[in-house]
This record gives sequence, C-alpha cells and structure tokens, in this order.
Amino acid sequence: MVTVAPHQVRPGRGVELGLLVVALALGVGAYALVGLNVTGVLPANIARYGAGMAVLAVVMHLVLRVRAPYADPVILPAAVALNGIGLAMIYRIDLAESTAADPSTFANRQLAWTGIGVLLACVVLVVLRDHRTLRRYTYTAMVAGLALILLPLVPGLGTTINGARIWVHLGGMSLQPAEFAKIALAVFFAGYLVTHRDTLALAGPTVLGLHLPRLRDLGPILVVWAGSLAVLVFERDLGTSLLFFGLFVAMLYLATERTGWILIGLGLFLGGALVAARTFSHVAARFEGWLHAFDDDVINQSPGGSFQLVSALYGMASGGLFGTGWGQGRPDLVPYAESDFIIASLGEELGLTGLLALLLVYLVLAERGMRTAIGVRDGFGKLLAGGVSFVVAFQCFVVVGGVTRVIPLTGLTMPFLAYGGSSLLANWVIVALLLRISDSARRPAPEVQGYDPGAPASTAADGQATEVLTGLREARG
Amino acid sequence: MSELAVTLLRLGYLVLLWVFVLSAIGVLRRDLYGTRIVPRRRAATAASPGPAEANGSAAGDGHRDRGPTRLVVTEGPLRGTTLPLTSSAILIGRAPSCTLVLDDDYSSSRHARLYPEGGQWFVEDLGSTNGTFLDSTRVDAPLAIPPGARVKVGKSVLELQA
Repeated sequence: MVTVAPHQVRPGRGVELGLLVVALALGVGAYALVGLNVTGVLPANIARYGAGMAVLAVVMHLVLRVRAPYADPVILPAAVALNGIGLAMIYRIDLAESTAADPSTFANRQLAWTGIGVLLACVVLVVLRDHRTLRRYTYTAMVAGLALILLPLVPGLGTTINGARIWVHLGGMSLQPAEFAKIALAVFFAGYLVTHRDTLALAGPTVLGLHLPRLRDLGPILVVWAGSLAVLVFERDLGTSLLFFGLFVAMLYLATERTGWILIGLGLFLGGALVAARTFSHVAARFEGWLHAFDDDVINQSPGGSFQLVSALYGMASGGLFGTGWGQGRPDLVPYAESDFIIASLGEELGLTGLLALLLVYLVLAERGMRTAIGVRDGFGKLLAGGVSFVVAFQCFVVVGGVTRVIPLTGLTMPFLAYGGSSLLANWVIVALLLRISDSARRPAPEVQGYDPGAPASTAADGQATEVLTGLREARG
Repeated sequence: MSELAVTLLRLGYLVLLWVFVLSAIGVLRRDLYGTRIVPRRRAATAASPGPAEANGSAAGDGHRDRGPTRLVVTEGPLRGTTLPLTSSAILIGRAPSCTLVLDDDYSSSRHARLYPEGGQWFVEDLGSTNGTFLDSTRVDAPLAIPPGARVKVGKSVLELQA
C-alpha cells in the first residue's frame, strides 16, 4: 500500500524576488537599449523610470508577503516582465513617430496605466481575503458584465473608432468596458456552472457515443451565443465576440468534462461566423484580407485592406531569427504598431528567438493559472482560475494567430504588451485574482491533531481528544 | 556605438530573455513532476507524530463542558479539512451551497446537518440515499454526538474535536 503525497510547498517569496530582479532588468534594459540605439544616448529619465518600475514591483511583492504568502512565485515576475517589455516597445515607437511639433506620448500614458494597474491589483489582494466571497456576487457579476458589454451602445457615451463601437468616453479618457466585462463574466460563469454542472453533465441523451445535453439546459449557452453575436452585429467587433463565446465554452468544458459542449460551441461559432462573413462587409473584409492577403487590390483596398497585415509579415521576416535589435528595425511602418500589432514589432526587433521566449512567458503564465485551478479545493475557485487563465491564453492565440495570418485578424489586445489602459487594468486584476486563488491552492492544510489513522474508533478517539486538549492547555499555559 | 557593441547588446538581451524564461521554468520543475509516492506505513507515522505518544495521564474532566471547537474530516477525499464550530448549524453534502462541500460520490447533495443545542452537538440525516451513521448506528432521528464519536457521511468520516 502506498499513499500519494503532494510535494511540500514552499511559499516561494524569495524565489519570486529573484525572478522579479531579472524581470525588471528585462524591462529597464529594453528601455535603455531603445534610447541607446535610436538616439545614441541613454534616455534622460532612465534612472527615474527604473526606480519607478522597481518600486511598483516591490510594493506588489510586499503586499503578497503580507496578504498572500503562499501565492504562486512565477505569476508576478511574468506579468512584470511582459509589462516592461511592452512599455519599452511603445516608447520605441513613440520615438520613431514623434515629430518636433507633435510628440507622441503613448509610453507616458501606458506608464501611468501600469502604475494604476499595479495599485488596483494590490487593492484586490488586500480587499479580497478569500476568492470564495466572489461567489456571492454571481448574478450581480452577470448583470455587471452584460451592462459593461452594452455600455458602448449607449448614445452619447459610446464612440466608434475604426468601425468598432467598443469604446466609451469618460472625461477625456477612452475605455474599453469589454475588457472588464470578461472578468465579470468569468465570475458569473464560475458561480453559475458550479451550481449547475451536474445537470449539464449528466442529464440528456447520448447520440453516436457523444453525450448531448438536454435542450432546456442549452438555454444559457444559447443566450451567450446570442450575446456574442449581438456584439458582433451591433458593436462590429469580431475579437470581443469570439473571446466571450470562447470563454463560456471553455468554462462549460472545465465544469462538465463533456467534449460534446466543445463540438456544439465550435459548430455554433462557425455557423455564426459564416453567416456574419456573408452578411457584414467588415467581417467579409477580414476574411478576404486573410485568405488573399497578398493580392494587389486587397492590399490597397481602403478601408479594410491587408496592407497592415502584409507589412507586419514583412517586418517579422526582416527580423529573422535573432531580430534587428531594439530600435534598429522599422516597426513604425505598420499602422497600430504599438497596440494591435505590437507582436509584429517585437518579432521584428527581437526575432523569432525573442518572440518564442515571450510566448513561453505567456505559456508559463497560463500554465500557472491552470495549475492553480487543479490545486485549489473548491469548485468555484477551480472554474474561476481556469476561466481567467484561459482568457489570457486565448487572447494570445487570437492576436498572434491574426498577426501571423493563421486565422483572420481580429481586434483583441495582447495582454500586458499592447498599448491600452483598459486592457492593462483588466489584466492586472486577473493577475491579482490568480495570485489570490493560488495562495489558497498552495497553502498547506492545517495539521490534523489527534487523528491517528491506525487507531480504532470511539473510545480510543475519545481518549485522544482529551490528550490533545490537555497538551494544548499545557502549551498555552 | 560600435557595430560590435550593438550586436553584443542585441544578443545579450535575447540571452537575458531566455535566462528569465528558463529560470521561471526551473522554479516550476518540482511542480511539473507532480506528486511523491510514499509507502503507507511511513506516511501514517509521518502524518501523525504527536498524539499517539502524547501523555495520557492528566485527562482532566474540566474540558468537557467547553465542548468541541472544530469539525475535522478524518477519512474520505477531503481528509484533513477542518471547519471551526460556531453557534450556527453545519450543512454537509455535495451541493455547493453546503457549509462543508464533500467531493464524495457516496453522499447526497444535502446529506446531513450538524447543529448545536443546549451545549451539545446533534447530527440529523436530511433524507440521504446512503444514510448517515454515528459510529455504527444509523441516524434516523437527531442524535447527540458524544465526544470522539465518528460521523460517517458517504465515504467520509467526520469527528468533533476540541
């Protein structure tokens, strides 16, 4: 007879600090190299910039030491490294696009958002002592999520930028509420599915060896399908609709372990996408730009041509295996090189070697989320951790797939790298949630006192309880 | 800057990037290999070093009126889980709304209830399929739980401990 024992978990805060040093070196080093290679001198504010980033990382680290000492040691350094590298690339594109009359200041704004994001993550960690409290707000989260999705449709509040109506203007700032909606919806799906998983998994007929759910249990998935189609139709945003639908299907699969759900989900999405490609010109243009990207008339078509995609592909090709080096390429030739196409910019300047390293960082981040989901004991925490880490991984796939022409281009942001305040804030909140859940997943169970698996029941156990109590009293003393 | 310095810095940055990735993976290595297999006898002695050898001489009577302070799962999938006992009742079962959510195929969704009354804890079966047992007696009506008794719910065994 053997027993399976998990490894002794070490809190790992020291390891985290060590990795944070490397992560900060990556961000600040990239920033310095950009200045050196573009202007020939170190950026003027390099010391202040480095100190600021270090302070943010250390504050978060200290909050973890106090509030979540057993949190996963790799999640925070991965986020800090990605955020720093993204900032350096945005600064680099600022330098290339600035003219004396019109200085480009994306980097400064992104830096401010980084500060706010880290502080928000600290607030989440301090306020949210136990992730299970979120379960009380299951339906509140649903209402909040749907409201956030629909917010851009409110006249006067929402604005249409580049054909997609997903922005909200508030006091001079433009926000993408959908970024926050995905967290709210992940909370709702986790709370809803943990209650209904058994009905969804067990009731229903089996057709051709495939377990199908009952029609009335299909209700919520159809509602979400309709919702994501509504985003597609009314807000004209392919990426967000894909993200919400993918999130729900993935969480259904996590909750029920039924492959049938994935097939149904994929079928519904393909059907929706095909119909959309026939009916909506903006979706059709995306398909055209994907399938016939190199045709002359598709490249020059305006708007919605494939010029952006093709120039990004050439940019990555000129980067080659080892890249041109920070500040040595021309990523600024691609429109939106600091947001949607930042992956192409990084691919050009860091090469395939650097891009693969970045993708591995994302892989590690998502893997830690999934590992947390396996380790945590309550079903709600499992689903929430699995859901939000799926969101991060899925966004990476959709963005990188779009930029490298594996799938049609959609307007999602690369978590932490791309320019965008809402995306950065939402992703720092996701990191805080994962850290909070991983703390309870890795925290060792309290010692069982007075329990001896070999001892017979009743009277012996009675005696033991007495002994333990006496021991406790003596210890208190 | 010379061409050489630029190239060295470019490649050095890539090296640093991979150092970060590989050290992160190195930290996770133990985790990736999963669990440790231990022969049961050794695991048992390692898990409970104290109480069996603890002195049993001074078993005073005064402690009994203070009553138990926590509920411990001593067998079953959730072995080792503890729950503090307060003045409110504890609902046990597989439904996520229960106080103690058992991941146990042999328990019902709302299986049993523990509640305090007059300084004593009682166990009550909530019409479960497989029944609730207090030591070896099946719980049909609410029963007081004597100190050290084992409450069996599905495959899980619960004990009240001081």
